[in-house]
Amino acid sequence: MDAVAEQKYNYAVVRWFTVMAVVYLVVGTLAGTYIASELAWPFLNFDIPYLTFGRLRPLHTNAVIFAFGGCALMATSYYSVQRTCGVRLWSDKLGWFVFWGWNLVIVAAVITLPLGITQAKEYAELEWPIDLLIAVVWLAYTFNFIMTLATRKSSHIYVSNWFFLGMMVMITYLHVVNSMAIPVSLFKSYSLFAGVQDAMIQWWWGHNAVGFYLTAGFLGIMYYFVPKQAGRPVYSYRLSVIHFWALMFGYVWLGAHHLQYTALPDWTGSLGAAVSIAMIIPSWGGAVNGMMTLSGAWDKLRTDYVLRFLIVSLAFYAMSTFEGPIMSIKTVNALSHYTDWTVGHVHSGALGWVAMVAIGAIYHMMTRTFHTEMWSTKLINAHFWTATIGTVVYVVAMWVSGIMQGLMWRAYDEYGTLAYTFAESVEAMHPYYAMRAIGGMIFVTGAVLMLINVLMTVRKAASEGSIRAASTAAVSA
Amino acid sequence: MANNNETVGFQEKMEKNVWMFLFFLALALSVGGLVEIVPLFLMDDTYEHNKAPELVWQRQAGQTLADHKPGDGMRPYTALELAGRDIYQREGCYLCHSQMIRPFRDEKERYGHYSLASESMYDHPFQWGSKRTGPDFARLGGKYSDDWHRKHLRAPRSVVPESVMPNYPWFQENSVEGVDMEIRFSVMRLMGVPYTDEDISSANAELAGKSEEDAMVAYLQVLGTMAKLDDSKAYRE
Repeated sequence: MDAVAEQKYNYAVVRWFTVMAVVYLVVGTLAGTYIASELAWPFLNFDIPYLTFGRLRPLHTNAVIFAFGGCALMATSYYSVQRTCGVRLWSDKLGWFVFWGWNLVIVAAVITLPLGITQAKEYAELEWPIDLLIAVVWLAYTFNFIMTLATRKSSHIYVSNWFFLGMMVMITYLHVVNSMAIPVSLFKSYSLFAGVQDAMIQWWWGHNAVGFYLTAGFLGIMYYFVPKQAGRPVYSYRLSVIHFWALMFGYVWLGAHHLQYTALPDWTGSLGAAVSIAMIIPSWGGAVNGMMTLSGAWDKLRTDYVLRFLIVSLAFYAMSTFEGPIMSIKTVNALSHYTDWTVGHVHSGALGWVAMVAIGAIYHMMTRTFHTEMWSTKLINAHFWTATIGTVVYVVAMWVSGIMQGLMWRAYDEYGTLAYTFAESVEAMHPYYAMRAIGGMIFVTGAVLMLINVLMTVRKAASEGSIRAASTAAVSA
Repeated sequence: MANNNETVGFQEKMEKNVWMFLFFLALALSVGGLVEIVPLFLMDDTYEHNKAPELVWQRQAGQTLADHKPGDGMRPYTALELAGRDIYQREGCYLCHSQMIRPFRDEKERYGHYSLASESMYDHPFQWGSKRTGPDFARLGGKYSDDWHRKHLRAPRSVVPESVMPNYPWFQENSVEGVDMEIRFSVMRLMGVPYTDEDISSANAELAGKSEEDAMVAYLQVLGTMAKLDDSKAYRE
């Protein structure tokens, strides 16, 4: 029990974000598994508009990125900024505003997306009134974070906070520019940009939602929680400085690699690809920095399940940040673009890196902020294996189907005509779509185990009165 | 630190001053976007029609959208087509179908001439897509009959047994009559799509008695048919 921390910091808002992150992890991955199953067994669309793949896919992406990812980022950033700065959150009220505002955005998304209310730009589907709400809540979140840094007791700003800050600034840029639209009604608007410019702005947003929201933000998590869980300082300070600034400057350029060989001028796509390849260096620097933090303490992996999540996440981070630049090379992209390989790549990052590092951090915060042990350690171990196996099954299925699609589309027969119709390539995907759905189900099973474990821990803490005890215990100042 | 050179000193200063940190961070984060996006609005060769003006329909005074013939060049969508395009977005079709043909031999044979930037110059938002769970639509117009499209939209597997697409039986039941196309045309014009006053004032009337299915078919059938591309011409480097 850490009574000093409980009374000094705002843990309440962290607890709520933490638990909601786990709820949304289940919701978001369940939606994903459902739409994956629709592609394998199309009868699951049931001729119901609200259940079709096209309407639920934005719900899946928004739920995992903004609901799960958002709550995980807000929980971890507000937790670690207080602890690394040695001060309470600048404003408790603003903290709660962010919690309720963000959840309101999520509820609005869950209602509007199945209704087909959408701006039709990937990962930025939410219509303009919700976009405005997102902007207000995001700025409140950012402002509270910056003011907490400004009032800190420590002399230096710790590295995890740099990454969180980078994410906050960049997402503000991206959201404001990419969401620019003119409304025709309360539920419909048209993008201010057209054609090739709209495409470039969309993928500048699209890749940096990955690069900043899902990478920089989660690197902030990594830089705080890996050293904490391992009980050792970050391997190299210099490497973190290089990792940070190279990532901040470089990642912004990558979006253009989504548009190679399209009607986007060639120079833009090539520039995007060139910087993409260069990004292997800082990305691997960061992965090494995280992993080597464990040097001399590798034995902890045998007993510490939370640490396992964190370290496996770094392995997936290293793999995805190698795979991504490879896929941005023009000759590879010619094959991989438009195929399931992209989907596989995204999920090795999203399941293997983003979800795993967040899950590790959430287990870590659960015990600290609820002042009790997890309800079941065995369940954490079971979660670790289901999450890992589910991710691997998913990613392998998509690698095979993606590369197969790409090869079938460009295959010629001996008479020099196309060897396969498009429909034949769809048929050939069936086993892999089924396998992908099963991988997803395995991953969801783990997420459900986590939710049970978390809810039982909350109950345990309530029956022990551990939070009340910590917040009323006499502490010497 | 022993090796306290100038760069480390600068980093150290920033780490102690959140406002300075924020300033340089905001600066570093803005470069890539500015370099890649702003020139697209300024450079002539972003759009092919700056060199090949025949790609865009040169509308004479008094002509309506109905006077446009396939191949005359890019024009704004008619009310029915735009209504269809809005349904296309509502249903998330762009998540499985691209509208962007790349300059490869196999794509040329499967889909046709590679797509030009000018061909989506009036598309707010763009619908290039990023995934082909189903085939590309950039030059779908005219490939199949209206009847085929209707059957296919209602029950894709009745015409393509391997398809994994959802059925869209509600398209034929839902009317598009209530949709206010006048406002939609006006907003499009505000953003630079060349609709005339006549186009706007007649927009709602065009939807009389039409279903969502009529609108979808009209949209799908116009894709790639507005401009006629010359195979012998190099539109891009």
